[in-house]
Amino acid sequence: METRQMTNKLIKDGAAQPDSWYLQSSGLTAESLPALDGMDIIVPLAFWLAQKSAIQSRKGNTGVWLDSHELPAALADDIHAIPVIALNFPEFKDGRSFSTARELRQRMGYQGEVRAIGDVLRDQLFFMRRCGFNAFVLRDDQDMDAALAAFNDFHDAYQPAIDQPLPLFRRRQ
Amino acid sequence: MYRYDQYDHQMLADRVAQFRDQTSRFLDGKLSSAEFLPLRLQNGLYIQRLAPMLRIAIPYGMLSSVQMRKLAFIADHFDKGYGHLTTRQNIQFNWPALADVPDILAHLAEVEMHAIQTSGNCIRNTTTDQFAGVSADEVEDARAYCEIIRQWSTFHPEFAFLPRKFKIAVCGTRQDQAATQVHDIGLYLLKNDKGEIGFRVLVGGGLGRTPVIGSEINSFLPQEHLLSYLDAILRVYNREGRRDNKYKARIKILVKETGVNEFREKVETEWKVLKDGPLTLTQDEVERCRAFFHDPAYKTLPADSATLEAALNKDVLFASWYEQNIAAHKKQGYAIVTICVKKTGFAPGDLDSDQMRFIADIADRYSFGEMRITHTQNLVLADVEKDQLYDLWQSLKTHDLEADNLGLLSDMICCPGGDFCSLANAKSIPIAEAIQRRFSYPQLREIGQLSLNISGCMNACGHHHVGNIGILGVDKKGEEYYQISLGGSADNHTALGKIVGPSFSQDEVPDVIEKIVQVYQQHRDAGENFLAAYNRIGMDPFKEALYGNKADDKQAD
Ligand code: SF4
Repeated sequence: METRQMTNKLIKDGAAQPDSWYLQSSGLTAESLPALDGMDIIVPLAFWLAQKSAIQSRKGNTGVWLDSHELPAALADDIHAIPVIALNFPEFKDGRSFSTARELRQRMGYQGEVRAIGDVLRDQLFFMRRCGFNAFVLRDDQDMDAALAAFNDFHDAYQPAIDQPLPLFRRRQ
Repeated sequence: MYRYDQYDHQMLADRVAQFRDQTSRFLDGKLSSAEFLPLRLQNGLYIQRLAPMLRIAIPYGMLSSVQMRKLAFIADHFDKGYGHLTTRQNIQFNWPALADVPDILAHLAEVEMHAIQTSGNCIRNTTTDQFAGVSADEVEDARAYCEIIRQWSTFHPEFAFLPRKFKIAVCGTRQDQAATQVHDIGLYLLKNDKGEIGFRVLVGGGLGRTPVIGSEINSFLPQEHLLSYLDAILRVYNREGRRDNKYKARIKILVKETGVNEFREKVETEWKVLKDGPLTLTQDEVERCRAFFHDPAYKTLPADSATLEAALNKDVLFASWYEQNIAAHKKQGYAIVTICVKKTGFAPGDLDSDQMRFIADIADRYSFGEMRITHTQNLVLADVEKDQLYDLWQSLKTHDLEADNLGLLSDMICCPGGDFCSLANAKSIPIAEAIQRRFSYPQLREIGQLSLNISGCMNACGHHHVGNIGILGVDKKGEEYYQISLGGSADNHTALGKIVGPSFSQDEVPDVIEKIVQVYQQHRDAGENFLAAYNRIGMDPFKEALYGNKADDKQAD
């Protein structure tokens, strides 16, 4: 499958931004890697696990993406060297990647970019950010201004999460 | 009861604004039906057979008179003048217009009410025993913990798109009236020998297509760990619950397929990360929530009331209501009154707006302005002086609320069924009424304590699995049929009913129920209720009475 660039609708750290990353589909093979030299690419988990040395020696940055059923534990050994971990929403109703994001941040202490890809819609952005996503590649039809406004849907929250480590009950005045 | 502060109010105001925006984007065609669906469901809005249905949360069943008047207002202005109490201690309106719903939510927010997470694949309204805080036999008042869980579960960012809906019940009374064991998570409040409070945690109970009684995964979870432990359970479920098949998506299937021990280990593994973290409950927070549920200003009263005794002696109808609908209160001189919303000829659990306003008034007059909704679709006035019971009963008669059938066969749990619900296989309300009409009041009294629960389909909103007699609407080649089960129970010894045999047509059902009752009456020992008799004699005599020897030739459904 072809290489897709996420130039269109990236929100990162609260603002619309140009995107330098190219998402690779699960059809990516070791043979096609050299053709991508010099590009920043995000590869599927299976590829990343199988081709670690090829990835390390390639020119350009390499991130990894997980589908919603894939667990981040497999990344544990070298997670801190990965600049971007993208989590897929095959459909917006599949809520597994919310937990994956929290696991990355909370349990694994991952500090890099956690990016939402796939069926990423305005109405889920607020919760995604709370769970530790800091980059969002919106589905093509989404309105950028409406999406930016979504981060202000609520003034506060009851639970602790990645954006607010303390539950409201420890902060009420 | 719990009162909102500025944070709670702001949260609700934000929610109303959010849903107003979502609704207008949907109406403008900017949001697809499929994308709007979970958003509206998480605001309680279904699209039903005839019109939208709005399910409003009544957290753990507690309602003030001010809130009840607001519900009456909504019934009059946005609906056809009535509402329906549900088995999740909520209230449903069957006729609101979609475009009005944001306004309805704004009205509700004025009185600290909402429809948040009353539907959808998220954590639903936490329920508890309707006698919490007033029961004579209570370990601890569950309501403070229900409120703590309500706040934790409201807009939980990680768990808004679970594999399926998720229901939690908390029980602090010794006599479980909350059907705790058939919840995704059931929590029993306990005190250990040092007097510390904790929870026995059951997981994986549920009704629906595959009814299961919950399994214990923790015998004593100290209270401070409540939320981190719930977070851990939900995370395991969100990651691993099945999403390939809607009918296998509840946590009960995950627990079954994983095995209880392995499931417990997974939870423990997650919990290690969360335990002793910021979700750990502080003593301050527990005290803050508890303070909302402190005893009202009870008077010091004598244990017995001469007024009450005199009324009981002179008025047999009152005496009958008293015997049936009154429970013992922890405070001397007070009684717990259940208003049975199951009068024959009225859909079970339906209240019209006059009745709502009336109940609000009598709650003000007799019970500190508060009331409770039960999961059996009745209403409770929890703090009535014994001296005033007779006055109260007389006024109940003016609004058709004096039914004295609490706990009897005619006090059925009944879902809206085919008259309203688009998922139904069969009607349920006319079945309830036909059965109610079959038995006279003296007969009902003679039969005694018996629960009969009706669901219009496998989703089991009418809890048919845990009725002593359960009735389930099934579709038989396009015709409405009813499958009967016996022996269910929702108390501390929760049991799932067993199907008697092939199903019956609508016309046959009242006869069938009558025959079942007759078998019980023939076989019972003195003082033995239906369930006890059934447990002793088993299914055979009932089968025999219903099918004779034909049972063998017919295929069970
Ligand atoms: S049990 Fe079925 S018919 Fe009854 S309300 Fe639930 S979904 Fe509808």
